Amino acid sequence: MLPMFFWAFVVGGLFCVIGQICFDVFKLTPGHTLSALVVLGAILDGVGLYEPLLDFAGAGASVPITSFGNSLVHGALQEAEQHGLIGVLTGMFEVTSSGISSAILFAFIGALIFKPKG
Amino acid sequence: MCAKPKKTPDQEQYDQLEKKYETKRPVLKNCLRAFWVGGLFCLVGQAISYFYIYFFNFTEQTASNPTVATMIFIAMLLTGFGVYDRLGQFAGAGSAVPVTGFGNAVISAAIEHRTEGFVLGVGSNMFKLAGSVLLFGVFSAFVVALIKTILIYMGVI
Repeated sequence: MLPMFFWAFVVGGLFCVIGQICFDVFKLTPGHTLSALVVLGAILDGVGLYEPLLDFAGAGASVPITSFGNSLVHGALQEAEQHGLIGVLTGMFEVTSSGISSAILFAFIGALIFKPKG
Repeated sequence: MCAKPKKTPDQEQYDQLEKKYETKRPVLKNCLRAFWVGGLFCLVGQAISYFYIYFFNFTEQTASNPTVATMIFIAMLLTGFGVYDRLGQFAGAGSAVPVTGFGNAVISAAIEHRTEGFVLGVGSNMFKLAGSVLLFGVFSAFVVALIKTILIYMGVI
């Protein structure tokens, strides 16, 4: 259990360093950086590298935004196995629905509770 | 990408002047801060996923779903109390890259536009910042999954 915490910390931290390098060295905006990381996650899952990383680092790989791209591909492939090509379209949000739905839900609740500052 | 129009000598001079006065970014310090703050977020995420594994019978594979939801809930509280803004200034990508950064982008846009009403303000501006992540995530995932499915059909892999 303890090495898992360690590797989650290290791998998650390294993803953030990649993001920070995109900010500082390549002078990208946060929007560009996050989009690039999501695409990176999708490609990594496509070539089959993300799943071993998830087994190895746990939340270190599932908490950074790259896992969003990974789980989109994953849902699409899962459904494609059962229904063929059309499954790529219908299965897209199968796995990642929790992130999207909780973001929408909590954003609305947040807007109900909190008032804008400044 | 469209080609940039050629710069006039005045513009070039201004560019040089701008470069001279631009503050140097402390890349190494920023990277260290991003590393330990981002690592800390993932550490908390790992703790939350163990919590779900031991108390709610999730497996290691499925635990990441409730973990992400919980992290976004935490992001809601931090954003609402104004903590996440300051954290973002301190840690840069360390607070933006974890899924809490995605949550923060959605939630801060929702809170910011609440004065314009719930339908036209909150509803239509919610994905103002995070929309690009969704778009390129979905599009790249579609291309990757399509290629892989076709390759499987053709018997390549």
